Amino acid sequence: MQFMLLFSRQGKLRLQKWYVPLSDKEKKKITRELVQTILARKPKMCSFLEWRDLKIVYKRYASLYFCCAVEDQDNELITLEIIHRYVELLDKYFGSVCELDIIFNFEKAYFILDEFLLGGEAQETSKKNVLKAIEQADLLQEVRPPHDLYHMLTKTMFMVVCFSGLDLNAN
Amino acid sequence: MPAVSKGDGMRGLAVFISDIRNCKSKEAEVKRINKELANIRSKFKGDKALDGYSKKKYVCKLLFIFLLGHDIDFGHMEAVNLLSSNKYTEKQIGYLFISVLVNSNSDLIRLINNGIKNDLSSRNPTFMNLALHCIANVGSREMAETFAAEVPGVLVAGETMDSVKQSAALCLLRLYRTSPDLVPMGEWAARVVHLLNDQHLGVVTAAASLITSLAQKSPEEFRTSVSLAVARLSRIVTSASIDLQDYTYYFVAAPWLSVKLLRLLQCYPPPEDAALRSRLTECLETILNKAQEPPKSKKVQHSNAKNAVLFEAISLIIHHDSEPTLLVRACNQLGQFLLHRETNLRYLALESMCTLASSEFSHETVKTHIETVINALKTERDVSVRQRAVDLLYAMCDRSNAKQIVAEMLSYLETADYSIREEIVLKVAILAEKYAVDYTWYVDTILNLIRIAGDYVSEEVWYRVIQIVINRDDVQGYAAKTVFEALQAPACHENLVKVGGYILGEFGNLIAGDSRSSPLVQFNLLHSKFHLCSVPTRALLLSAYIKFINLFPEVKTTIQGVLRSDSQLRNADVELQQRAVEYLRLSCIASTDILATVLEEMPPFPERESSILAKLKKKKGPGNLPGIDDVRRNVNGSAEHGQNAEEAKKVAKGPITQSRSALFVLIPTLDFIFNCWPLLAFPPVPLNQASAFAPLFPVFIFTPDSLNSSSSPGANLLVDVFSDNSAPPTAEVSEENFHRFVCKNNGVIFENQLLQLGLKSEYRQNLGRIYIFYGNKTSTQFLSFSSAAVDPVIEGGAQVQQILNIECVSDFTEAPVLNIQFRYGGALQNIAVKLPVMLNKFFQPTEMASEDFFQRWKQLGAPQQEVQKIFKAKHPMDTEVTKAKILGFGVALLDRVDPNPANFVGAGVIHTKNVQVGCLLRLEPNTQAQMYRLTLRTSRDSVSQRLCDLLSEQF
Repeated sequence: MQFMLLFSRQGKLRLQKWYVPLSDKEKKKITRELVQTILARKPKMCSFLEWRDLKIVYKRYASLYFCCAVEDQDNELITLEIIHRYVELLDKYFGSVCELDIIFNFEKAYFILDEFLLGGEAQETSKKNVLKAIEQADLLQEVRPPHDLYHMLTKTMFMVVCFSGLDLNAN
Repeated sequence: MPAVSKGDGMRGLAVFISDIRNCKSKEAEVKRINKELANIRSKFKGDKALDGYSKKKYVCKLLFIFLLGHDIDFGHMEAVNLLSSNKYTEKQIGYLFISVLVNSNSDLIRLINNGIKNDLSSRNPTFMNLALHCIANVGSREMAETFAAEVPGVLVAGETMDSVKQSAALCLLRLYRTSPDLVPMGEWAARVVHLLNDQHLGVVTAAASLITSLAQKSPEEFRTSVSLAVARLSRIVTSASIDLQDYTYYFVAAPWLSVKLLRLLQCYPPPEDAALRSRLTECLETILNKAQEPPKSKKVQHSNAKNAVLFEAISLIIHHDSEPTLLVRACNQLGQFLLHRETNLRYLALESMCTLASSEFSHETVKTHIETVINALKTERDVSVRQRAVDLLYAMCDRSNAKQIVAEMLSYLETADYSIREEIVLKVAILAEKYAVDYTWYVDTILNLIRIAGDYVSEEVWYRVIQIVINRDDVQGYAAKTVFEALQAPACHENLVKVGGYILGEFGNLIAGDSRSSPLVQFNLLHSKFHLCSVPTRALLLSAYIKFINLFPEVKTTIQGVLRSDSQLRNADVELQQRAVEYLRLSCIASTDILATVLEEMPPFPERESSILAKLKKKKGPGNLPGIDDVRRNVNGSAEHGQNAEEAKKVAKGPITQSRSALFVLIPTLDFIFNCWPLLAFPPVPLNQASAFAPLFPVFIFTPDSLNSSSSPGANLLVDVFSDNSAPPTAEVSEENFHRFVCKNNGVIFENQLLQLGLKSEYRQNLGRIYIFYGNKTSTQFLSFSSAAVDPVIEGGAQVQQILNIECVSDFTEAPVLNIQFRYGGALQNIAVKLPVMLNKFFQPTEMASEDFFQRWKQLGAPQQEVQKIFKAKHPMDTEVTKAKILGFGVALLDRVDPNPANFVGAGVIHTKNVQVGCLLRLEPNTQAQMYRLTLRTSRDSVSQRLCDLLSEQF
């Protein structure tokens, strides 16, 4: 896999992971181009498309698009399931994940991804093992600063807006 | 489960993110960010030392700002400091910042590497993993230099934890991909293969990717992986779905690992060992059988995972291309998918079938699905699926169904998406040509193409139809009639005007007998389109008119009238004006004979690969065009004529025509005609009285064994310099200056008391041109001069020029010899000079990035592809001189590819008519020992050897 992008229906980039060296300018160009292309596609269209000399595999979960660029000989269907497994991991970790979880805890989203995929290849496909690694890391943290009420408040506020989470059964 | 953030909350960060989200406008957002940046900057610069938590928080904010798309130019140092924190989350944020933001040439890389080194040797698996993830994420060359030797050790060490092994395997893979030269192969390689046997499926999953990459580059060293992969695959495929516990995904056993193992097996041919082979076949059969079983779950994840394995198995079956039963079963399975309700599956089935179509075992089975595929073309709602259908139709096309497929594609073209029209046009053009039995069908098809999608018909396509019509006299009359009829349409596409102009200009006489298409009618028809056309088309029409003057004397006055009009003679466009002036003049002063010679019918085009095919290949990239590489074994044997118009154009624009236009005083725009009408300028035109030189255009074609010559008509007067009998064999061949010309093109190749021989040469791809200057150094005439001039006398002190055109047909070693004979005083002089036409003259330099270079270097790793020579320096070892020589040799000099800056690395492609040979070279000077080591790698041993011999003489 060459890169993975997560973006919202409004075209806002939520996560970007690049497994090939590219300049910032090139990354921005690619992102713009792909976000535009994919948002223009209708639901029920095929999840794969040819783009430059790569294959794009994408899928929409609620308000978020997950998009991977793989090489010509790579397997499209298994890439689709890589996306799904990543969504499952996020869902399990955050508990019914929604876009806001990924915005406010973007660093966690990156950590989970690193446990699952490394260098663009599946590293650990067992959900249990990935989550175990993340949770172990969480246990290693220092004591959380008290009065995290504000954070909880903001979070709950947004939960109202975004009640549905990422629908795991999304098409 | 509560959705509140797990791990440590960073309140300040959350507040900041909320603020940003609440910004109503972009300006407000930028303002808020600038405020935050100022705040963070002052915190980082402040006197008070920040605690780890604050540092982490601010670094995280910077990261967030960067990910929003803003530039960040500070905070790197603080992030690096976090690496040495002993608090996990601080370290983690430090690493994340570095992975996302640090580019490889950062000054901090040494500090970062230090941090990584500490964590890597910490024996704390969580820290080790963070460090490995960081290396894998950054993957820069600097990191490879520091860690490539260390990571393999971590990977195969017995005491390493499983999770660390997984990270190490993929970390190594990333380093290997970016800097393969820095990853040393060692005894670890053998142990890595055995990770396929590991008990932990996660380890096997990670290792399988690494091994696949390694095996792609050095299959021999990893051959043992085949049996291990088959064994592992067999265990997975036959396992009950619960056996693999968490590695079972929606009732499918370890789908990711299965796909990876099947990929790994695609690096190798079918196993030779019978037992192994039958075990693999069993696996593949089992996978095919499972596709027929009822689904264990209705979830799409179940079917996706199952089919992912199935498609990968089919890829392997196609790769092996050896088991007819499996191929046909695969084909039938894909046939079912063509009708599946899932768009994704239909898409993939069309894609896979494309490759199946190129196998002789399954081609016929694929063909049985033609109706379904045509239906897909008509009914699929998604353009990417329709595109696949077009590809498949193209791949399954053969003699039996060509007419149907071409017709369907043509009718689809009328409604096709704009984005794929050009490609369809190219495909139709290729199929129509390839499978034409009846060339009238071909001509009709191409004219239809222009009618339906004229804007998408590229130059290559209409050049091609003209080439074919010119080369086949059985279709010329029909073509003339058809274009004449097509031009009757009130609005026809400009491309049709071009084709029409060209064909009527050449073959209008074939239909001129009919009063409905008399010369005047033809001319009026063409001229009625003239004013609506662009300049290049008008220029072409003017050439057609002058051809008409030759074909039909009866319309001469009409055409001269048109040429004479102010709108032509005073046209604002200099090209059109010049043509009008010159053609008018030509038609007035030239005798009928001269006119007939100058405007003679075009000679047939040499047979080369179709330029359309080349274009499609370029469009699709190599390897993406199943089934078209067999164009050469075409049954009727007539499909490959014509010439690469693109190439002809390039040549025409190059130096050749410049010299022509200088010589043909009357027709300085011939280069343009040459461009549109490539061979018009070839007939000898005796218009060069003004020139002191006698220009000649013999064409020498080099073949490896013998030097044949075929001369254009103008050269017939000459003694052929390369033929064996042109000089008595007494002359000793002079080659003393030969080696001076390896890296340069101009200079004196031979000199004695009488004669000086100067050369100027220029090369472009596989073509070259040498100007030979014969200088008489004496004050007496040379008589019976046999090599150059039409005039066999060279006056004392005079210089005469000869031009040789050269084409490199395939790679060669021996250089041609020029034999010269003349009489000086009473004595017959014999001189033989080896002409400096060497293989490296046909180099085109190739620029490439470091990773490309090393990837290709590896690919050319077979022993016979490499030639190496160690030799003593003959000249002072000056870097600049060496650089100049390497550039003169014809390759591109690649900077910063070799880790040792003292070394030189170059790349280029040798162009011959038949093949192109990529070539990589490396020159390592050792100033102490005054020695060089030169290494050449090309795909042909003879080329490597020859280039090495040539270049090593230069230093």
